[in-house]
Parts: sequence; C-alpha cells; structure tokens
Amino acid sequence: VTEVAWIGPALTAARPQAVAALLRYFRDLDVAEEAFQEACLRALKSWPLNGPPRDPAAWLIFVGRNSALDEMRRRNKHDTLPDDDVIPDAENNESVLVEHLDSSAYHDDVLRLLFVCCQPDLPATQQIAVALRIVSGLSVQEIARAFLVSEAAMAQRITRAKRAMAQSAVAFETPGPVERAERLTTVAAMIYLLFNEGYSASGGEAHVRVPLCEEAIRLARLLLRLFPSESEITGLAALMFLQHARAAARLDANGNIVLLDDQDRRLWNHALIAEGLVLVEKAQRLGIPGPYQMQAAIAAVHARATRPQDTDWAQIDQIYAVLEVLQPSPVVTLNRAVAVSKVRGPAAALQMLGPLARPLAGYFHYFGVKGALLKELGRADEARVAFNQAIALARTAAEAAHIRMNLDRLNT
Amino acid sequence: MVYCILCYNRESEIEAWTREKVAAVMAKREAVAHKLAAEGRLGPVGRLMPTTTAMTVRASRETLVLDGPFAETKEQLLGFYLVECKSLQEALEVARDLVGDTGSLEVRPLAAFYPGIGLQ
Repeated sequence: VTEVAWIGPALTAARPQAVAALLRYFRDLDVAEEAFQEACLRALKSWPLNGPPRDPAAWLIFVGRNSALDEMRRRNKHDTLPDDDVIPDAENNESVLVEHLDSSAYHDDVLRLLFVCCQPDLPATQQIAVALRIVSGLSVQEIARAFLVSEAAMAQRITRAKRAMAQSAVAFETPGPVERAERLTTVAAMIYLLFNEGYSASGGEAHVRVPLCEEAIRLARLLLRLFPSESEITGLAALMFLQHARAAARLDANGNIVLLDDQDRRLWNHALIAEGLVLVEKAQRLGIPGPYQMQAAIAAVHARATRPQDTDWAQIDQIYAVLEVLQPSPVVTLNRAVAVSKVRGPAAALQMLGPLARPLAGYFHYFGVKGALLKELGRADEARVAFNQAIALARTAAEAAHIRMNLDRLNT
Repeated sequence: MVYCILCYNRESEIEAWTREKVAAVMAKREAVAHKLAAEGRLGPVGRLMPTTTAMTVRASRETLVLDGPFAETKEQLLGFYLVECKSLQEALEVARDLVGDTGSLEVRPLAAFYPGIGLQ
C-alpha cells in the first residue's frame, strides 16, 4: 500500500457527482468525461502534496471545469494561452463552489447522469455497460471481464451506446416531481438489471458475478443517499442487500447451486441482512407499496428464519398475493406457487402452474418448479419430462447441473 | 475522565475501498482497541450502519419523524470509541493512533457516563 492509496477511492467516490455536474455545465458527455479525467490527473499530482481537499468532488468539478474551458479557448484561439500547466488555486475558490453544490441541484445532476445511460433504444446490457463506464468509472477491461466478452467487443458496445446518448435530447432543467419520479423508476430498473446480471449471470460459466452485484449496491446506496424518502429506491436497496447477503452460501465448493433450503445460513452476511431489514421497515413506513418493497419483504421473511423450517411461508404467500396485484406476471405467480406448495401442499401449487404453461414455455425455472412438484407428488415419469425440459433451457452450467442432480435422485 | 472519540469520514469513499483496504483499516483499529483493553481503558465501541438507514425525530409542535440523518454533511458520523484517559493529551494520542489516511476523529470528553447493562 503506497502513501497515496487513499486517492483511488476518493476519486471513485467523487466521480458520479463530479461527472454529473460537469455534464450539466458543458451539456456534452464527452467534454464532461474528458474534463473529469483531466481533473483526476491533476489530483494525482496535487493531492499527495497537499493532502485530501475538504471536498474532493468540488475540487474535481472546479479543476475539471477550468481545464475544459482552457482547452476550449486554446482550440478557439480567441484568448491568449496560459503558458504553463498551473493548477488553479482550487483550495481558495472551492468554498464558492461548495455553496452551489450544497443546493439540492446535484441530486438531480446525478439522477440525470444515470438517466442518460438508460437510453430506451439500447439493449439493457449496453445501458448497464455504459453506466458502469461513465458513472462507476470501471475500465472497459473490467466491464468486458464482468460480461465475459472481449475487450474490443465491449469497447465497441460502449462507443455505440455513447453515440446513441449523444444524439438523444436530455432535459437539463431541474425536473418536476413527475419527471423525477419517472427518471427514478427507469434508473432503479437499470440498477436492478445490473444486480441481476451479477446475481444470476445470463450466460456462461460464472453463476455469481460478485463485482456487478457490488457495483449495483454502490449505485443503490448513492441513489438512496440522494433520495432518502423514495420508498421504492429504499425497497430496491433492501432487496439487493438481502439477496446479496446470501452470495457466499449460494454455490458450493464445486460451483453447484445450493437452494435456499439447503444453504448454510451461517455463511450469510448478517450485517448486510440487518441493514436490509431496517430498510424494509423504513420503506414500509413511507406507506407507498411497490414491487421492489414487496420482493424485499419476501427476502426479509427468509432472512429472519434461523432455520429453513422456521420460514413463515404463509406470510410469503400473502406478500406474493399483493405483488400479483402490483405487478401481475406469470413469474410472480410461479414464485407464489412455491410458497403455496409449502402452505397447502404440492397439488394446490401444481394447479396454479396450469395457466402458466403457455407464457412460461421457454422459462427454465417453470420446468424446474414443475418437476419438483411432480416429484413430490410421486409422479416420477412426468417429473423426469419436466426436468429434461428444464435442462434444455438452462442458461448456465450450474443451473443444468442442479437439475441433473434432481434427475439422479428420481432414478434412485 | 472518559473521552468519546467520534469517527467521521465520507461514506461514499469507504464504499469504494477494496477488501484489502478495509481489512488493513480494521486491523489497525483492532490493534489499538486491544492495547487499550489490555490497559483497562477501553469502554464501548460502536460502528454505525450507513446514514441511509437513519431516521431523525425532531421536536416540533407535533413531533416530526424524518427520513435520513439529522443533517446532510460532507463527512458522516460512522462510529465511536469510549476510552478512559487521564488527560486531553492522552485522548488525542489515542485518536492519532486510530486515524487513517482520510477522515476525521472528534475528541470530546463525556460530561456524564452511565455504563448501562452492557449490551451484546
């Protein structure tokens, strides 16, 4: 660890706010990013000598803005060139800028920055990739590794995404309540996609890609700090904390999936669970139920059970009933069927699966659940058919291996 | 006299720490705490959950319950140590031992101290 090891986290932490403010100022993402890069280079020179500034984000915005303005003047050749690479006297002027940053504007700045990454025309994975690049500051190489693609392919994706972003019209005025709520919804969905990309990788060997989950959690914390009274942002954060808390118990030493019932609950991250449970309660207090809160509430019931048999499945069934109203979807009903099987038995659950056959015909988990219910009912032949269909639809090696294990058990 | 050492730092920065960095900071603090405990000077120590979990109850004509920490600050209160020290000088030395490469520690003597029931 070198003497200046603290600079990396300080730059990473300041990045969203700094890039967001520079974007508002220059209204051009490339200019904002370049300005931030330049400010970081100067920070690497200046901070080790002077120590951390009182407000790193304000320092970076101030220095970044000035360096970009200098660069523009140089290009336009309107003004005389500053003949040396003097770092602006940031410490003295910082306080003026800090005043501006203290206003609530930067909350909307950061939200806007996240929102511009969510171009509706772009595939979800590109939205995520570009958010990781611009907001989180991950390198193209890191993002490529997380998505298990080549660096060249990822660089191309990000370039394409940025081009689409540059062409889209972004509102730079302070958003009204309705627009802000819409932006929050869009951004929350992107963050949850990012989390899920890490939590159940949509392809390839790695079933759990922790760095993506951790980045999603960092972004959720950022958003939650800026918007502490948004119940669904609170719910989303709680949901991700409670799910991520189980990461260490979700795979065994051989990389096989361990289902909730079979997980060693001592491996759960109990500090993260405690934080998630507090947030579930905080969200409920706001009195505006939503899908993320409901899913978090379900995860909370699991988290509170010391042993699998202590799980309050009746409560989970009730929460799913609310979720089915808030966000009707065959997947929600499928999940509710699992809760119903615990409360009223596999026959009742299997009955719920009937109407889902069509909409979930290509869904791995549908056949996994169906197979398990049939197995429980002693209908081994039908279970085997369902499990084989599941294997054909598995997206990762771990998913397929898990079903094969169920098949093996059927045969003995 | 009992001194309270209040730990402040930027939450967002700590979230960006690597595992190694977290481990190094914890190891350093535990070493100081062990030494103080061995000397019979260490009182309760607490680490707070992030400010995103905080709620604030504010006196008003009708008591207000607000989401979030009591004030939005550049550095957040993250934890505390209670330490028996003979002098302010001694308390400052403990704080110097605890301080990392960023953040601030506020050293404040306790005016009154009720040890409570010894929470686990």
